[in-house]
Formats: sequence, structure tokens, C-alpha cells
Amino acid sequence: MNSGRAWVFGDNVDTDVLAPGQFMKSGIDEMARHCLEAVEPDFAGSVQPGDVVVGRRNFGTGSSREQAPQALKHLGVAALVAESFAGLFYRNAINLGLPAVVCADARRIRAGDRVRVDPEAGRIENMSTGEVLACEPIPAHLMQMLGDGGLVPHLEKRLARQRQSGESSR
Amino acid sequence: MAAQTPAQTLAQKIIARAAGRESVAPGEIVTCRVDLAMMHDSGGPRRVKPLLEKLGAKVWDPDKIVVITDHYLPANDDESRRIIHIAREWVKEAGVTRFHDGIGICHVVLPQKGYLRPGMFAVGGDSHSPTGGAFGAYMFGIGATEMLGVLVTGEIWLKVPHTILVEWRGELGPAVSAKDMMLALCGKLGLDGGQYQAIEYAGDAISALRMQERMTLCNMAPEVGAQTGLVAPDQVTRAFLESVGATGADVAAWQGDPGAPLLAHHHFDASTLEPQVAAPHTPANAAPVARHAGTRIDTAYIGACTGAKIEDLRMAAKVLEGRRVAEHIRFVVAPASAQDQAIAAREGTLQILVDAGAELLANSCGICAGYGDDRLGENEVAITSTARNFKGRMGAASSQVYLASPFTVAASAIAGRICDPREFLK
Repeated sequence: MNSGRAWVFGDNVDTDVLAPGQFMKSGIDEMARHCLEAVEPDFAGSVQPGDVVVGRRNFGTGSSREQAPQALKHLGVAALVAESFAGLFYRNAINLGLPAVVCADARRIRAGDRVRVDPEAGRIENMSTGEVLACEPIPAHLMQMLGDGGLVPHLEKRLARQRQSGESSR
Repeated sequence: MAAQTPAQTLAQKIIARAAGRESVAPGEIVTCRVDLAMMHDSGGPRRVKPLLEKLGAKVWDPDKIVVITDHYLPANDDESRRIIHIAREWVKEAGVTRFHDGIGICHVVLPQKGYLRPGMFAVGGDSHSPTGGAFGAYMFGIGATEMLGVLVTGEIWLKVPHTILVEWRGELGPAVSAKDMMLALCGKLGLDGGQYQAIEYAGDAISALRMQERMTLCNMAPEVGAQTGLVAPDQVTRAFLESVGATGADVAAWQGDPGAPLLAHHHFDASTLEPQVAAPHTPANAAPVARHAGTRIDTAYIGACTGAKIEDLRMAAKVLEGRRVAEHIRFVVAPASAQDQAIAAREGTLQILVDAGAELLANSCGICAGYGDDRLGENEVAITSTARNFKGRMGAASSQVYLASPFTVAASAIAGRICDPREFLK
């Protein structure tokens, strides 16, 4: 994974600021424009593909709305790093193929640092400070799903295999 | 010595059964068969239909799927109407007969229809799905893509949770409710104290609660970051289930074992609990009502799955009977379901609320979800019986939402400022 710029947020970044209810009717383009605007008005306009969003505790708390990680992914965010994630948000992110990495030292990353996240190895390289931060490894079954690009492509592969074995057993 | 099944919590037992195992241990990753999958109009058909088409897949079992419309109702604009239309068409296409359209909020309608039973393993496409845990089911919220996975395979993976036991002893005082218990828990544990594990509520104060109050406890388990909340079934559960036609529930089988492993055991005294208020912008900002008493409010809102069931409406009516809300207050009541509203109308509860000045809204998620046009304005201060007060959730980022019980919301509506409901029940 290439390096990206870090956007740093605090504790309990909630799904209402990630995906405001007002735009839930809209498509993801419109939703993404308002992602995080209540706490960082410039975010959607300035974030670059490959950038990394860093939170502290309980990132993504709140709703099941998948538009929260989807908006981040849509804006090109390459990975999420936090001391901890809200469980439901974490599952949604991985299901959409957006790596979410738990790092106890996430607070050592400063806004604007260039970081490279390696979810498989469980490490973050901070190119700006030279620091390497250890992360919790993503469980193997989820790493496989991420490798496939998320749950939908993962299911596509599984269904293709089932159809194939169905045909060959005929 | 013969191998014995280890002592397990209620959560473990349900998960073990759904995983086809004798026992499971906390921390293990298992795959479970899903007994029931519930969706609403927002995270449901409009999102899973195109994905099912993309995969060329059909649902695994239409009889295990429930679809309930509640988020985009009333459908006041073209986009809302389009979303509701997709739900109506998709259930026909998929062969889903358990479809309930415009009769209330999914978490409240689901048990009313008799779909939940102790020991069930269920998922819902909404974060407040743990409400089903009140019936001794293991039920939790998932996103739309994960729901797609369930619809196609009938399965879902799970990291077996540890159980956090939340034990309440003693008797709740007047004008103190399950909502106050949960706000107190939010204040104590914080938004992530539940660590995505399972909370089991127990103790004589829990046994004394009616089913809808137990629903409020489980409904708010996500507010402390738990994956779900559960109450082991008992005679109260059985009586409720029989009243909705869900007969033959096995209450005795779905109990945790003595000595089952606990991650934590919290003790609370119901008899000393005071009415709670959570200040903006998090439920974890909870404190006894006295802390915020006197704060002027513009709006008082009784609504949502958390706070507008018949039990909630009765609490508000108990305070409001023979009284009117303050002149400057917008008092809004959105009964959580048509059935709750019908009971309230029949018994006179609704009339008390209307006479007090209530503006009645539809039986839907309404202002709480923040999806529609009815939203809080700039700098508007509201006290609500809902579950979440995150910044901007219900309207303008400058609006201020205080969370409280229906008792406290009603009392504050009368006073025009945040007020201890016990002052009105003397």
C-alpha cells in the first residue's frame, strides 16, 4: 500500500457525523460531500485518494448505516486506524473492503503525517517521524475478505465455486 | 472423568446452538445459522436488492425474513416514496410474507407480531436490533452488505462475546424507569464500556420490569458499545409471548449456567436511582436530573423505539394528566407503533397527551433518525425520550438534545425547562 496523509480525529467519532441522516436519501456522492463536515468542514473537499483516517477510541460509534464507512471509501480513504472501533462499524468497513486497523498507539500519529498502513503485517509506518507502530492483526477470515475486495466480491467467488461444483457433479 | 459441557452464559448457549455446537468459548470465531433476519426500508431492500441482482442470488429462506417500513415514513417526497416503493415491490419478488408497512418501528413491531422467541439467533439491519434480546433471543445489528451475506447464505460469523452482567437490585422509585437505568449505565460505562460484548441484565429489579421496559434496556445496549443486551426469559416473557400467539416458548432452557464466565459484574441499586438526564452530545453525559434542572427547552419529544411504546406513553400521561405544557414548548408525540397508539387511544392515555398540548406524529422513526424534513432548528434545545443525542443527529449542528425518560420529558414540557418529574407525582 502506498503512503497517504493522516487525518486525525478524537474519541467516539459517530456515524451521524460520518454519514449525516439528512443525506441518507441521497446517493453516496452527495453523502460523501458531507462526511465529517460537522467536525472538519474541509475534510471532503481536501481529502486525497490514499489518505488515512485516524481516530482514537470507539471510532464509528452509533448506527448500522453502512454509508459511514462507504462515504470514507468513496472519498478514496485507503485505511482507517484507531485505538478501538465500534464493533458494528468495524464489520461494515471490512465488508466494504476498507481496512480498519486497531493500533494502541494511534495517538502517536499527527495530522498531516505521511503514513503507510499494512493491515496484513499489522504495522503502520510513519514516514514523517520514522516511527513504526504495531497493530492488532486482522483475523485471517477477514483478511481473506479484504483481499477479495470486500464481502460482495467474496460472495461472488463463493457462488461461482458453488455453481462450478454444481455443474461438475451433474 | 467424562468430559463435561462447561458452564455457559445465556449468550454462549444461544450461539452454540446456532453454530451447531455443544458449547462455545468467548473469543472463538464461529459461523451461526440465522433464525430470523429483519430489515427496514433504509438499510433493507433498497440496498440489498441491487446487490442480490448483481450476484444473481436468491434469498436463502423467505420465511425467516421480516421487512418493516419505518424510516422514510411518512413519505413526503419523491425519494422517500421511491425507497418505500422498492421495499413493497421487493418483498413480493422475494416471497417475503412477513412484511409490515407503516404500522410502526421495526424493533417494536417485531415482538408484537410474535416473531421472537427465547433462544433465537437473529440479526437486524439497524443498530437498535438488540431490542430483541428482551425476549431471551441473541439479536444484533448489522449493515446492509452484511445483511446481503445473511440473505444469500443464511449464515453469519461471530466472535463469541464475553458476558457483562449488569445486576439491578431493589425497587425503582416513583417516576424512575428503565430509561434512567440505561442512562445511568451509559454514564458509568461510557460509550465503549460494552466492548462489543454481550450485556445480560439480571436481578430482582429487572424481573419486576414489564416486557417493554426490558426492551428499553436491551435497545440501549449499543449506546454502551455492546453487541447486544439480553434478559433471560421468565414468566413475564412467557405471558407476553402467549399474548401475541408465540406459544410453547422454552423459557427454562434459555438460562445462563451458574458459574459461567463473566467479563465483569456490575451492581446497581434501583431504590437509590434518581431520574437521569444525558446532556449534549452523548448518552454518556448522564447525570441525575438536578444537575440540569432549570435548563430552558424549546421542544419536548416522546418518540422512537426507545421511548414511545405504550409503557412510555403511560409514563408521560401519568405526569401530564390534567396539566398543559408550557406556552413556548413544542410537545411532540410519535407513538412507536399503531398498536401502541391504539391501546393508548382506547385507555385514554392518548387523550391526556393531546389535552396537554401534544402534536401527534406518525408511527415511525421520525425526528430521532433525522432522515426527514421534521428536524431541530438552529440552537433549538430539546429534551427527548430517544436513545442518541450525537451532534446534529436530529437537525442543526447547533441544536442541543438532552436525553431522559418519558416521565422527565413530560415534566420538563410542563415546566418549560428541565425538571425533576417527582415534583409532579407528589
